[in-house]
Amino acid sequence: MTEELLVVKNLKKYYPITGGILGGEVGVVKAVDDVSFTVKRGETLGLVGESGCGKSTTGRSLLRLIEPTAGEVLFDGVNVTALSADEMRKMRRHMQIVFQDPFASLNPRHNIEKILEEPLIVHGIGTSAERKRKVQEMLEVVGLSSYHARRYPHQFSGGQRQRIGIARALMLNPKLIVADEPVSALDVSIQSQVLNLMQDLQRDLGLTYLFIAHDLSVVRHISDRVGVMYLGRIVELTTSTQLYSNPLHPYTKALLSAVPTPDPDAVRERVILQGDVPSPANPPSGCTFHTRCPHATEECRAVRPAFQDVGDGHFVACHLYKP
Amino acid sequence: MAETQVQTVSLRAKEEEVVSPWREAWRALRKNKLAMAGLAIILFFVTVAVLAPVIAPYPYDQGELVMKNKPPSEEHWFGTDYNGRDVFSRVVYGARISLWVGTFSVIGSVVAGTILGLLAGFYGRWVDTIISRVFDIMLAFPSILLAIAIVAILGPSLQNALLAIAIINIPNFGRLVRSRVLSLKEEEFVMAARAIGMKDSRILMQHILPNSLAPIIVTGTMGIATAIIEAAALGFLGLGAQPPEPEWGKMLSDSRQYIQKAPWTVIFPGLSIMLTVLGFNLIGDGLRDALDPRMKN
Repeated sequence: MTEELLVVKNLKKYYPITGGILGGEVGVVKAVDDVSFTVKRGETLGLVGESGCGKSTTGRSLLRLIEPTAGEVLFDGVNVTALSADEMRKMRRHMQIVFQDPFASLNPRHNIEKILEEPLIVHGIGTSAERKRKVQEMLEVVGLSSYHARRYPHQFSGGQRQRIGIARALMLNPKLIVADEPVSALDVSIQSQVLNLMQDLQRDLGLTYLFIAHDLSVVRHISDRVGVMYLGRIVELTTSTQLYSNPLHPYTKALLSAVPTPDPDAVRERVILQGDVPSPANPPSGCTFHTRCPHATEECRAVRPAFQDVGDGHFVACHLYKP
Repeated sequence: MAETQVQTVSLRAKEEEVVSPWREAWRALRKNKLAMAGLAIILFFVTVAVLAPVIAPYPYDQGELVMKNKPPSEEHWFGTDYNGRDVFSRVVYGARISLWVGTFSVIGSVVAGTILGLLAGFYGRWVDTIISRVFDIMLAFPSILLAIAIVAILGPSLQNALLAIAIINIPNFGRLVRSRVLSLKEEEFVMAARAIGMKDSRILMQHILPNSLAPIIVTGTMGIATAIIEAAALGFLGLGAQPPEPEWGKMLSDSRQYIQKAPWTVIFPGLSIMLTVLGFNLIGDGLRDALDPRMKN
């Protein structure tokens, strides 16, 4: 047993842009461009970034729900990108996903019992009676009641549906759960309930999370380590405490300064970024952040910075920091 | 305190009532008066068709020539036709043929169209290209012309007319299902099904097909009405039912030349076609409203 449960190496997902009379390829959108990171057993790795930076695509392509263009994903020592479709299907037992939209991720025509039982049926686990009992147990585990089993998704609130989504992911006792913005569709009061549930489950079941979010305070609350993504790349990756107390990358600094604080009198240094996120179809040369970076130099415009350790496992992709 | 607890339990038991989406749709449909009228019309014709031997006072294929083209009377409620056959008996037996052709041709096109639509939508690429282009070609012909061509090849008979009607309606259902699949494929619950390791076949049958059923049912019901008209049209052209089969369209064409002398020979089959088609259209409209997800509260 290695310490790392998940090792992602140079993961890429490019979408072709077709155009012209013959529908030929005229370019690519680099949704995920050379992303590498590891997730240790039992930890929570947060992945933050603004909309369209490739966080969800990263999460989905490492589960091969979207086929990655290139790169390696080692899960528990197995290269999942090299598995055949049928081997991958069996592998999915161990790696599950919780989706963002609890209204779209449950089949409206199935009742809760059917939704939760389905993973067990698919993998041929247990007899019908055992499966039904497991469903009842799991409903209690995620804070619902066993009498909810016969209801349909539209009879639940958003928070309850998200609990069902989590229950479905847990039915197969997975090792890894990719949580794709699991709370961003929920009210703040419900968010904390679901986050606490996820933390309790992690402690009780020894789960490993890849937690994707755009809300920095949520990520801070739940993550052991955090990766910050910008335009399909990870620009900074370090422990949660390090990142929030000592952010290095200029983008992370700007992002953190935008987090609202409850104290209205607090003196804050606000870094306002100029301009918009460039198109991932035509990313800037060198460091993709140089168009908006207050510290950009000639080197930033020409050379893409390496993603390297600047000490204590604090990884950053920026020319300002040389190890 | 004890009493409070007892109350909580009883409240829980009360909210146990669970309504499946299909039952909910049926409830909505039952409130729709027009749809219920349509259902009543269809049930009436179905009963007539099933009980035809009991209801019909005369055989549909025998008549006395001396009695030809007699107006409605006590013995012959709908009068007699040019062969002296009882129009009422023929209309009653005709219900069997029309409902049979309508229902089974639609079942045929729904099954074939659904399978092709699922394949085209789910697998995409060249599968989709081939199936969709074949649909385009079929839809490029006026449908009745295509049906005539098919019957001309196979030879005129009721079975071949049914087959021809089934074939020409395949693209309608195929396209409908394909478009549903294309949108459902992107739904998160389908991705969730894939994430738990479900096979494609199971995803199609458990997730995509059940969620495509509502529009198939609506279009299918309306399709029965169209199929009945098409069968009547083929019968009218002499390409469907062959004499002495009492097909409504055939009865219209046979009695065409006596329309002024004996209008009842045309009115009653025509009225039957109209009523059946109306019934299916009303229930189809009602189903569309009842199954529309936007109407859900």
